[in-house]
Amino acid sequence: MIATKIIPDFSAPVHIDQVGIEERASRFTKRSIKNESKINGLKLALNMIDLTTLEGKDTQGKVKQLCYKALHLHDTYPGLPTVAAICVYPSMVKTAKIALRDSGVKVASVATAFPSGQSTRDIKIRDTKYAVQNGADEVDMVISRGKFLEGEYNFIFDEIAAIKEACGEARLKVILETGELVTYDKVRKASDIAMYAGADFIKTSTGKISPAATMPVTLVMLEAIRDFYYKTGKKIAMKPAGGISKSKLALHYLVMLNEVLGEDWLNNEWFRFGASSLANDILMQLMKQKTGVYQSADYFSID
Amino acid sequence: MATTTGNRLEVLKTYKIYIGGQFPRTESGRYYIATNSKKEKLANVCLSSRKDFRDAVGKARGAFGGWSGRAAFNRGQILYRIAEMLEGRKAQFVDELMKQDSTKAQAEKEVSLCIDRLIYYSGWCDKFQQLFSSVNPVASSHFNFSNPEPMGVIATIAPQGDSLLGLVSVIAPIIAGGNTCVALASNTKPLCAVTFAEVLNSSDLPGGVVNILTGKVAELAPFFADHMDVNATVYCESDATTQKMIKEKSALNVKRVVLYDKVKWNDAGGQSPYFIMDLQEIKTTWHPIENIGGAKAGY
Repeated sequence: MIATKIIPDFSAPVHIDQVGIEERASRFTKRSIKNESKINGLKLALNMIDLTTLEGKDTQGKVKQLCYKALHLHDTYPGLPTVAAICVYPSMVKTAKIALRDSGVKVASVATAFPSGQSTRDIKIRDTKYAVQNGADEVDMVISRGKFLEGEYNFIFDEIAAIKEACGEARLKVILETGELVTYDKVRKASDIAMYAGADFIKTSTGKISPAATMPVTLVMLEAIRDFYYKTGKKIAMKPAGGISKSKLALHYLVMLNEVLGEDWLNNEWFRFGASSLANDILMQLMKQKTGVYQSADYFSID
Repeated sequence: MATTTGNRLEVLKTYKIYIGGQFPRTESGRYYIATNSKKEKLANVCLSSRKDFRDAVGKARGAFGGWSGRAAFNRGQILYRIAEMLEGRKAQFVDELMKQDSTKAQAEKEVSLCIDRLIYYSGWCDKFQQLFSSVNPVASSHFNFSNPEPMGVIATIAPQGDSLLGLVSVIAPIIAGGNTCVALASNTKPLCAVTFAEVLNSSDLPGGVVNILTGKVAELAPFFADHMDVNATVYCESDATTQKMIKEKSALNVKRVVLYDKVKWNDAGGQSPYFIMDLQEIKTTWHPIENIGGAKAGY
């Protein structure tokens, strides 16, 4: 723990080198990862997934099915890890909690008027408390992007701090919705605000807005985490979400994570993928490595 | 290879593969030199890898829903359109066939036959279903009927000899029946296959329905046979070792194996609705009804 917390002046401009970030991010995709390291990388990525269903049409049955999948990813492949967590709406937390029992798979709940965040502070706090009381281990909040774009940085800071307090023991993920912040400068600023205000994770997107997670935007956030760690000694976790559906891309993210933050972050306590279809693609790749035969979606579970 | 006519350097065509409605080079970056019987160099051709095949299967799978879901009549229209486009580029195909050792008369006959064959299968698109469907008598209160439905993604190793006619003759019944396919063109005579892909690309055929690769049969055949997302493998040569290998590997996901090693593509036996039926599943539906045949007595 840090004794004194020096909060920087968020109104000061931040400058991110856009060309440099994009160039650097593209370099991570050039690494060749084969055989043994590929298998280990895929298993690690699988273990970092927050298996997600955030639809208006979600039912208890759908959530139970997803929880079953989390525990039985592909039973014909013995020794597979489970995913890290199931990510659902607050109303589904209790169902998920019962379905997952003591498996060690966590239940994450979105809260704070997800995905738009257009509501009052009071409602957001109650939304959060509802999720936590139902047993959520992690809370994924959204920031008020409108207020952020208006320059109301203190509002955002106070909002995150208030939700953090409402979370209690639960770990707080702060969704910046980078697709609505548009520039890397704003992403970096929002990351800094979130971390100083008490976020345990910073997360790119809700998955409802395009573009969602991209490698450059994740790189900006990882660098923010690195700088924050050097300044305060406190580790913050990262969660890119949305648009990561192929194993190859997931491996690129792991390469980036390793080269920016290092091995300490290479586990599901400090890094997550928010995804729904990534798990199946990784499973198909693992089975390809094991059997030597290209796989078909016909032989894997649908969700 | 470059030849000059007058003072102008002739622009030669790059023969690329056809995947998902686009013309990429092979991901492997490899190529081989296609020659004629006099060992004259004709073109550099992509030596496709297993990953090109994997990508092509992915595209074919993606295109399957849309293609099989189209009205059969519309599929017929598109096959007719392919024939129209082929007719318009007849001269180019004749020229390429002649480069690959055909005489002018042979080449013209082969191209005409290809066009006619496409028209033939175009007509069958919305007719074979009636011919091969049946209403079945059953001893319960059900209306019971069977009809053909496309299998899915078909991996085809095209005839090596009749480079254009063979390819057209195996692809046409596959797509007429609502399947999508990945075809490996003739290794020794690949020129027409690539040009045929250009014809497909300009004839309203959705990208991914037909994918055409060039390369070595021995290298790619095992993947054509063991890819889990392929529903049937078609092989047109009589090489017994390859046939056995394809049958064994296809057993992995119980693929259908269709061997056309005795078909003569250039005569009347080279076209038939049974070629469409070779790659169809028969689906039987039991539809509950109040009573059978409008009478209380039943069968």
